[in-house]
Amino acid sequence: MSEAYALSSPFNPAETPGVRPLATAGRGDRGVIVKVTGVSGADESVAAEELERRLLEMGFVEGAAIEVLHEGLFGRDPIAVRVDDTRVALRRREAAAVTVKFDGH
Amino acid sequence: MALDTALVAPDTAKPASDTARIALVGNPNSGKTALFNALTGSRQKVANYAGVTVERKEGVLTTPSGRQMRVLDLPGTYSLRARSPDEVVTRDAVIGKLEGEIAPEALICVADATNLRLVLRLVLELKQVGRPFVLALNMFDIAQRQGLRIDLERLSQEIGAPIVTTVATRKRGLPELLDKVEALVAARKVEAENVWHEPTAGEIRAAHAEAQRIFKACVKPPERPDTITGKIDGVLLHPVAGLLILVALMFVMFQAVFTWAAPIMDGIDAAFAAIAGWTNAHLPAGLLTSFVADGLIAGVGSVLVFLPQILILFFFILVLEDSGYMTRAAFLLDKLMGVAGLHGRAFIPLLSSFACAIPGIMATRVIDNKQDRLTTILIAPLMTCSARIPVYTLIIGAFIPRAKVWGGLSLQGLVMFGLFAAGIVSALVVSTVIRRIFWRGTVEPFMMELPTYRWPEPRNVLMNLWTRARIFLNRAGRIILPLMVLVWVLSTFPYPPEGATGPAIDYSFAGRIGQFIAPIMHPIGFNWQMTVALIPGFAAREVAVAALGTVYAVGGDGDAAATTLGSVLAHQWSLASALSFLAWYIFAPQCAATLGVVKRETNGWLWPSVMFVYMTSLAYIASFATYHIAVAMGAG
Repeated sequence: MSEAYALSSPFNPAETPGVRPLATAGRGDRGVIVKVTGVSGADESVAAEELERRLLEMGFVEGAAIEVLHEGLFGRDPIAVRVDDTRVALRRREAAAVTVKFDGH
Repeated sequence: MALDTALVAPDTAKPASDTARIALVGNPNSGKTALFNALTGSRQKVANYAGVTVERKEGVLTTPSGRQMRVLDLPGTYSLRARSPDEVVTRDAVIGKLEGEIAPEALICVADATNLRLVLRLVLELKQVGRPFVLALNMFDIAQRQGLRIDLERLSQEIGAPIVTTVATRKRGLPELLDKVEALVAARKVEAENVWHEPTAGEIRAAHAEAQRIFKACVKPPERPDTITGKIDGVLLHPVAGLLILVALMFVMFQAVFTWAAPIMDGIDAAFAAIAGWTNAHLPAGLLTSFVADGLIAGVGSVLVFLPQILILFFFILVLEDSGYMTRAAFLLDKLMGVAGLHGRAFIPLLSSFACAIPGIMATRVIDNKQDRLTTILIAPLMTCSARIPVYTLIIGAFIPRAKVWGGLSLQGLVMFGLFAAGIVSALVVSTVIRRIFWRGTVEPFMMELPTYRWPEPRNVLMNLWTRARIFLNRAGRIILPLMVLVWVLSTFPYPPEGATGPAIDYSFAGRIGQFIAPIMHPIGFNWQMTVALIPGFAAREVAVAALGTVYAVGGDGDAAATTLGSVLAHQWSLASALSFLAWYIFAPQCAATLGVVKRETNGWLWPSVMFVYMTSLAYIASFATYHIAVAMGAG
């Protein structure tokens, strides 16, 4: 499976430090969602607008507080996150569509 | 998780005009079904919605003022924007456009009081629909224990609907809830116009912002938030410990399914053998007696015998689901199953398939994506269902020595384990092939809420278990029994000619079909008796055992017959043939009921045909290979 997101991809330095896709986050990382697009960069079976709506419906919305709670064993995937006060499990490939400003920067 | 549910046809044709109809909507895990159970008690019927295989649960309740109402328990959803067939039903029922259904006069929106954020957006959607509704803040006791303060009056104003706090599992708040519902039904003049449409991403954002505003205005964060769920997850979702616990849980479950059920199954077997024996002894010998004893009674018995296993399996599934663990299992297994191209949600259907592929295939309804769902349906029958076990037990008992190997492991047990493992491995291979070759590329998003852990409510579990039992028995009556009768006809007619020497089945249609296809089965080491036994085995796999008994004219009942049959087989078959027979049973689509269910679930004969062809081919190839390898190794 070709991973469309790269865990070590050099981040665009023009952007604010600490802002990167949720897909790159590790356990314990916290932050605030700054952008939800629906474009995960991977080959999804649903259109970008549909993925965006699904993410929004599960509470992934700009301004929501986020914390990575758990990671799976294989490839640290999927991840379990707290979005405001809801716990949600999702794969890193879909998490690539969510951009987070992480704390500590 | 759902079974074939056409217990009662939805009787929408003749509505009682004075009976109000209401429907329950809400997020998954909001305690909606618990509220439904508390409201309707045992007055429920389960069926399917017209034309779709979505489970339709309806019950009748009596309000404190003595009025009867029909309650529909709609599938849980986060949004009216439907994605799965279940959610389509919810949407159409809510907006009153569900074919064959009368629009409900009022809705009860069930919300987990401790988890209001997401449901508020659903509430805003309901508001757009314009149908009167009450918001039931369920699990309110937990909210109080957490010190969560909700300004009910303000919230009610904001959403424009009455609010009642409930504790479904303790039956608290139900009279108040019904009062409000009655008031809505009575006051129903002109409902507001339905302005709901499928929201765009922008509209969802706006609704979220509005929900957030209402939430902030009405809900003060809990003083003692739930920390237990986080702590439990620390263990159960631990990358290593979590997987080990899951494996241990599955092990306990299978032990339970196969050992706890055994005495009850033996009892059922013995009881039906006794009834059949009594019938044979007390009715005049003849066609009618044979039909009643060998067709009807044996047929009902052969199905009922699986009820204990299915109930134990469902008991575990219901407890794991109600406690909130099932989504964790899907989380832990998603990546592993993803390697084979399966969705994490396929775990529950595949697990159910170990009891019987039929509930497993029906449980695939939780999978949104059509290709994911079809893949899961196609491989579900490869999971070793309980009907194969009598066949495996017979052949293993007859051919595999009772030896201990590798320091005390039973060789027979190892072979049994190997047969289970072969089923699982081949399922994963088939799924990989389907997803890598036929349906490439697209992967369905995996996103699910991990609910707060809760103690399963015994009453609720028992009620749901009772529903499963009724559904299973009903299906046994409608699908399997007629098939058993058909098989009886095929194995009984025509009669053997005067002076026939062989067993009667040789001369029957089943015997003729068996002998006709015997040349095809010869290369895989099957003699014609084995082939004949496959024909009645098509009604239900385990019937092949009884059929072998008939073909080899072994008399007697129960264990004695099985032991005798075993020794007969040990003399009549070569080891290579026996192994080939086992290999056949891993793969062969030897179950008409499963194919029938696939036809219903996929709405046509295409997929059952695909399943039949691919599984038969696999069975033939596997048996061919097994037979010839065994012969080459000197087991011919």
